[in-house]
Formats: sequence, C-alpha cells, structure tokens
Amino acid sequence: MEFLLDLASLVNSTLRISTPLVFAAMAGIFAERSGVIDFSLEGKMLMAAFVAAVGSYYFGNPWIGLFMAIVMCVSLSMLHGFASVTHKGDQVVSCVAINILIIGLTTALAAAWFGQAGLTPTLTDEQRFLEITLPFADSLREVPIIGLIYSEILSGHYVFVYLGYISVPIVYWVVFKTSFGLRVRAVGENPSAVDTAGINVFAMRYKALAINGVLIAFAGAHLSTAVNANFFREMSAGRGYLALAAMIFGKWHPKTALIACLLFGFTDALQIRLQGVELPVVGEIPVQLIQAIPYVLTVVLLAGFVGKAIAPNAIGQPYIKER
Amino acid sequence: MTNAVDKSKVPWWVSNLIVPLVNLVLALLVSALFIFIAGENPIKAVKLIIYGSFGYLDGFAYTLYYTTNFVFTGLAFAVAFHCRLFNIGGEGQAYIGGLGVFLVAINVSFLPVPIVWLLAIAGAVVFGAAWAFIPAYLQAKRGSHVVITTIMFNFIASSLMVFLLVDVIRDMKQMGPHTVALPKEIWFPTFKEFAALFGIKIRYSPLNISFLLAIAASFFVWFLVWKTKWGYEMRAVGHNTQAAIYAGISPYKNIIIAMCISGGLAGLLGINEILGVHHKIVAGFPAGYGFTGIAVALMGRNHPIGIFPAAFLFGILYQGGSEVTFDMPNITRYMFVAVQGVIILFSGALENLFRPQIESFFVNRLNRKVSV
Repeated sequence: MEFLLDLASLVNSTLRISTPLVFAAMAGIFAERSGVIDFSLEGKMLMAAFVAAVGSYYFGNPWIGLFMAIVMCVSLSMLHGFASVTHKGDQVVSCVAINILIIGLTTALAAAWFGQAGLTPTLTDEQRFLEITLPFADSLREVPIIGLIYSEILSGHYVFVYLGYISVPIVYWVVFKTSFGLRVRAVGENPSAVDTAGINVFAMRYKALAINGVLIAFAGAHLSTAVNANFFREMSAGRGYLALAAMIFGKWHPKTALIACLLFGFTDALQIRLQGVELPVVGEIPVQLIQAIPYVLTVVLLAGFVGKAIAPNAIGQPYIKER
Repeated sequence: MTNAVDKSKVPWWVSNLIVPLVNLVLALLVSALFIFIAGENPIKAVKLIIYGSFGYLDGFAYTLYYTTNFVFTGLAFAVAFHCRLFNIGGEGQAYIGGLGVFLVAINVSFLPVPIVWLLAIAGAVVFGAAWAFIPAYLQAKRGSHVVITTIMFNFIASSLMVFLLVDVIRDMKQMGPHTVALPKEIWFPTFKEFAALFGIKIRYSPLNISFLLAIAASFFVWFLVWKTKWGYEMRAVGHNTQAAIYAGISPYKNIIIAMCISGGLAGLLGINEILGVHHKIVAGFPAGYGFTGIAVALMGRNHPIGIFPAAFLFGILYQGGSEVTFDMPNITRYMFVAVQGVIILFSGALENLFRPQIESFFVNRLNRKVSV
C-alpha cells in the first residue's frame, strides 16, 4: 500500500509537471504545422508567467491575469509573425530575439516595480488558482484501485492540468479533422499550392500563430498563478525548449507529443524524488547532476533513437508570393 | 510594399552602414521606452552610459575589457552562422572552455610562462570545441536542431560545472564555489601594469592582454572564412546545401568543423576571464556574454570588421549600464539584457523593415545627381 501510494503521488506530480509542456507543445504544433518555427515558446511562457502574476496581483482575480497573459502572448506571436511572415526575416533570429528580450524585460520590470530581487509579490488565495478537489474524491478514497486512481491521481489538480489534457484531443481534432486544420497543414507543407487555391498564406500563418499565443499563455499562467504564487527570474527554466523537443520527438502530432511531454514530466518528477536518496550500487547522486537529467533526456530524444524526425516541408522558409 | 530596387545599383555603404545604423537607432528608441516604463529618465540614462564608459580612464578600460569578451562570443556565433547554424550555446562552450584553461594552466604551470599561455589557449579552444562537437554531430547526422541541443548543453554545462566546483575542484579551504587561484607568475599582464610603466595610475581594471588575442582572433576568422578553402566550403553549405553537395562538398564535415571552430572561439572567453581577471574558476563566470555574442554578431553582420565595433558598442552598454544601475535604483542589469533582445530583433529579424525604402531613396537621389 505504501508503494502504491508513492506511485500514485509520482503519477500525480507527473501530470502536474507535464502540464506547461503539454500546452507549449500544442502551441508549437500550430505554429510549426503552418510553417513557422517557434523557439520563442520559452520567452512567451516566461512573459505569460510574469503578466499573469502581475495582473492577478493588481486586479485580485487570476482569470484577469490569465486574460492579460493571453493578450500579451498573442501580441508576441504577432510580433514574430510581423518579423518572419510579413518581413521575411529569419525565423530563428526572431525567436532568439524574443527570448532574450523577455528574459531581460520581465526581470528588469519585476525589479523596477517590486524591488531588487526581481520577484513579484506573493499572491493570496483569492489572487491565484487553487487545487480542485473533484466531487466525491473524499468518500471514494477508501475504495480499492478506483479510489486510488480517482482520489490520489485525478483529483486535487489545478484547473490548468485538466484544461491541458483536454486541449490535446481538441488540438488533434482541429488540426486533423477540420478544413481549417487542413489549410494550416497545407500552408506548412506547400504554401504555393495553397496560394493557387486562393487561400491567403500569410493570413493562415497569422491565425495559427494567434492560436499558438493563446495556448502558450496557459502554460505561463500555470507556473506563476497556480503551481507557484509569484513570478521569479527565468522561472520557465527551459520548459519551452523541452516542449519543442517533445513536439519534434512526437513528429508534430498531438498524441505522440503528449506522450513525450509525459515522459519529460515523469523524469522531472523522478528527479525531484531522487534528490538526496541513497541508491543501490551508485550511492547518492549529486543534486546538480540529477537536475541535469531532463536536459540530457531532451538531447537523447532529439538525437532520435527512434527514427529521424521529418518536419513540415516548408518550415522556416518565408513565403514569397510571385507576381 | 515598395518596389524592390536593383541590388547592384545600391552603393555598399547604404546597405552595410546606413541600414544597420537606422536599425540600431530604432532599437535604442524602443529601449528608451523600456527605461521610461521602468520609471526612469532615458536621457539621463544615456548621459550616465556615456560618462560611465568614456568619462574616466578606469571606466574606458572596463569598456575594452567587456569588448574583449564580446569579440570572442560574437566571432563564435558568426562562424557558425556562415554555415547557417545557430550556435546559441556560446555560454556553455565558454564555461567548459574556462575549465580547459584552468586544468591546463594548473598542471603545466612549471613550464616557461609563454608556453603555459599557449597551452592554456589550446585548452580553451579544445574544451570549447569539444562541448560544441556533440550538438554539431547530432545536427549533421541526425538532424537534431542545433538551437535546442546547444541550449540544453548550456543547462548541462552549468549543472556539470556547479557539480565540479562544489564537489571536485573546489578550493576545499574556502566555502564559496570556486577553485584555488592559479600561481601568480602565469597571470596575464594587465592594462594597469602597462599604464604604470608610463606613470599613469589606475585603481583597478580587468583589461588585460586578452584584448590583443581578440584582435588576433578577428584576423583569424576573417582569413578562415573568406580566404581559405574551408571557409568557402562552409559558406557554400550555409548558402545552398544542395548545390554544395553537387559540388562535392560534404555538409556533415563542414557542419562539424564550423561548430567546433565556433565552440573554440567561445572557449577563448575563458582565457580573458580566468588568466586575465579571476585567476580561478568562479561559478557562473560566463555571465551571459555568450548570449550577447548573438546580438554582437548580428549587428556586425557576421563580419569581423562589423563585429569589432558592435562588440565595442556592447562594451559601452555594459560598462555604462553598470553606472546606470549604480545611480538608478529602478534599473537592473537585466534591462540591458532586454536591450540586447531589441537589438537582435531590429538588426536581425527585422533588418529588412525599412531596407527597401532606404535603398530606393538613396538610389533615386544618386540617379538624379547623375542625370543632372
């Protein structure tokens, strides 16, 4: 029983830790399926975390913070589109610029407005999202197996965790089952054919980027107004890149990307569990090395030991309309 | 959209001087807006930056010290970029390069000083290149995007170095995460000692002869990229991989060579920081210089002639910036990280924002003069 409870809590934290990765991977799928590289997930997530924390603090309502984060992330996606779709600038450079800009700006503004440490004020319970206990979670706790799964694993998460996993089938449906999704994919594979069919390539890419901005905002808000109660410097800690790696590993497909995100989440949950624990044979692994495990795993997954990743055909290339 | 101009009619100074300058001015205007949002006066900030970086000799020497670091990391990014590779792992490569400097220098310090220096430089290059090799190999053979892998290698380098500094190579007599100091004989001569020969007194300056190494590295990169077969092949792969393959140039080999040279150049940052300034490995010594290199290279249009002034400009921003953070409580050094982002945006991603307008403006004016 002790072991089962331990396992349940590990699965529980895996679900929670994977959530921002899931949102970011879904956001990445929209951008990249439409042919726009998006390394700026990292920066947008950080910006969302900052704006959500500040918005919730000033307005006393985390939903307003979330809304402001969405507006900000969509604006950043539009900036990325303006540089790389409209002005045909280098997409990777645009992303690197956005990431560096936001690492600097969020910390600089946090320090200017709230003091030198670069933290936003701690949010009260009214100002942040709280864990949701699902109905009957307490009364079902004693039921074998079902109680364990329902009460210990599925119940007691932040709203973003549920939204994140619900978003996966929705993204799948939109991208693969609707005409809009077909157009998004077509724009990423063969923009000139889409153009011939009378569809505006630029508009499609902007629309995909707008959805990308909305989704990534949830990831940031999850970090600063749910799991933590404030924003701190560089709190996204590479999650945007991890999600992108998960998306590539999942071959730009929501289902497989979700599995990769869960794998990252599980490694991270395990990593936290392993800190300071004596292991058989190797003994205690130094904490710095344990913390590097998710990053090493990213490289290993990207190296693609399960086959080479094939990106959308037109990715990274600005579309130039012939006249 | 304005009509595109015939590229051959645009004078070189319009596309290589006027356009970058306009982009820089735009970036600085946006940065001024940020300083205003943070609640400080941008004009006063500019005055402080100019005073801090030029106003007194110590400050100016600091500016050149920062310039040295930015030349190394800027050249590093530029070399890889000519092969169309985004090496944003300069930070990690510099960190590991510093490890190479220290390990080599401490083990061969009994040798004559110039030989120790040469070996330490080799250590910096080899360690930095080795750290770039794995992402390079994965990009070449497996198509793993170098942006993600190099970023991951920054995180891994940071974890690895903290581990080494805490558990393995720490100066066990001290609490802080740093190594023992290198013997004094092998420290790089500083500008302070040099100035003292002429009777000029400076309180403290980290500027040292690494500055000369930065100049040498610039010449090396220029020669390598534009004057050798290697450089030509690298650029060919970057420009059009398919055409390069038809010409019998191996993209794999060139991707790996370009990344390793890039990593080696980033590693040289360790020379300036460890032989010149700290004389030991201090946790986190690359301090973001690796990332600044991206902005420096893009602003300098990936050419050593452009990178040097761009590095100097960032030197001014860093040194002047520390003057600003000293005087203005609302501004932290992160504000200048944001400024870098804006500069990358305007001189990299948005470099064509006003290019057509500016070029057609000058072409039309020049044509008018000819016809008169």
